[in-house]
Amino acid sequence: MALLELRDVYKTFPAVRGGQAVEAVRGVDLTVEAGEIVGIVGYSGAGKSTLVRLINALESTTSGSVRVDGQEITTLRERELRQVRLGIGMIFQQFNLFSSRTAWGNIAYPLEVAGVPRQEQHQRVSDLLHFVGLADKAHSYPDQLSGGQKQRVGIARALATSPSLLLADESTSALDPETTEEVLALLRRVNRELGITIVVITHEMEVVRSLAHRVVVMEAGRVVEEGRVLDVLSEPQRPVTRRFVGTIVDDEPDAETLAALRERHPGRFVKLSFRGHDVRQSEVFGRLLRHDVRFELVYGGIEEVQGDTFGNLTLALDGAPAAVEAAIRDVQDLVPTKELG
Amino acid sequence: MDLDTNLSQLWPLVWQSTYETLYIVAITLVLGGLLGLLLGLALYVTRRGGLYESRVANAVLNVFVNFFRPIPFVIFIAAVQPLARVVVGIGIGNRAIIFALTLAAAFGISRIVEQNLVTVDPGVIEAARSVGASRPRIIRTVLIPEALGPLILGYTFVFVALVDMSAIAGVIGGGGLGNFALQYGYRQFDTVVTWTAVLIIVALVQVVQLTGNTLARRVLRR
Repeated sequence: MALLELRDVYKTFPAVRGGQAVEAVRGVDLTVEAGEIVGIVGYSGAGKSTLVRLINALESTTSGSVRVDGQEITTLRERELRQVRLGIGMIFQQFNLFSSRTAWGNIAYPLEVAGVPRQEQHQRVSDLLHFVGLADKAHSYPDQLSGGQKQRVGIARALATSPSLLLADESTSALDPETTEEVLALLRRVNRELGITIVVITHEMEVVRSLAHRVVVMEAGRVVEEGRVLDVLSEPQRPVTRRFVGTIVDDEPDAETLAALRERHPGRFVKLSFRGHDVRQSEVFGRLLRHDVRFELVYGGIEEVQGDTFGNLTLALDGAPAAVEAAIRDVQDLVPTKELG
Repeated sequence: MDLDTNLSQLWPLVWQSTYETLYIVAITLVLGGLLGLLLGLALYVTRRGGLYESRVANAVLNVFVNFFRPIPFVIFIAAVQPLARVVVGIGIGNRAIIFALTLAAAFGISRIVEQNLVTVDPGVIEAARSVGASRPRIIRTVLIPEALGPLILGYTFVFVALVDMSAIAGVIGGGGLGNFALQYGYRQFDTVVTWTAVLIIVALVQVVQLTGNTLARRVLRR
């Protein structure tokens, strides 16, 4: 059974003083299996932040069904929802730590809410501080912590009640690249060592690549594309997805870059797409070498996604027209190729 | 300047008046402070996006507060005199002045409380909701602690305002340093007595402001 199941979910915010009603989420279906890390990407205003708040009912659903661990939550009352929320952790872009409480006090808060006995609270907070590597910062206030440390406290707080699901709302967007990597590594441990399912909202494709198993692309309140990260990265279907993928993967040179490349490199330009371990590059290059052609790698790169590799390489092939033609034909049955105009 | 003064015979009255001022202001600060806190919380939580969002309740509260708050205190005392007779059993004297001051203070404090609560990051409230905290718990354990520093400064400000307002107590037979300064200083043309009262008030205000600042800094320097 899926841990999380959204069916035809809508969320409309009523008009505010002369404004228009906003349909933030428009008919979303989403299934998340236990143990998965799902990345939801989209530009600001795509509805992803609203969607994630429907999952722990911080916002009420206008219509549709939201099931968490089999339980329909859209019909629950506030008191019952509080119980559900204890089983769903959430971390935020701006960390949202209580500035009046120390790191320890922040992590203890959900335990106080849950009515956990003091002795147990003590043990749990201490364990969590060690888990996130902040045992020495227990008595520091948020003001005294760096961004990365704050987010680690945020993660520890979200994990305090041992939730089965963790919602991460742009959890690394306020951090520098190095700290982002630390936090992502921690989230991977949360998933792997604690078996916690994670839903990550982000506009950074890099976060999806390094963290998620599956990706869901949202645009204008709808899910427009979803699939395994490798599949979506290597073969994005929708324009919005291609733009996102383009931020981390060099697909093929745009017209301007192509023109510039052409001035420096003679011959025909061919893009070769590699995916997974199906085809070895050495095999492809070996075949090219059998022909009397010169070739240069002019654009592209190979990416690594959770143990899989993929990427697009654009080659400039130069030589006698017949030889070039034969070389291209020869590799065509090994890898998908595309001649660039 | 004529420095002919009765101050030497008035010292017992000076101390008596100082005590009365402190007593009136302290009780008012506690009672009005609590009422104002509740009223301010109500104003805040019923706002749009608030924990108990209610457009109607918020509008009613706003009209209510805005109706009473602008009334000049010297008129307010007279206006609530009938109500004071009902509630505290007497329309004159220190009890009546405490009653009027408490009401007036509550309206003023409610706005100060509301303003300070608005500065609390809505994100921390969302974080508290996300772990399943109830609304009363959020108010008690997140909202007020997060706004505590500014609230302390707000209440300090109110203390000073109350000392100012209490000076008018004499109009309905209340005591305190203000009344003393008017009665034995101003009306007797005794500048020394007037200034003695003034200096004591200034000293009081300084001590309280300093205490408030220190407390607030300690709370804010986390």
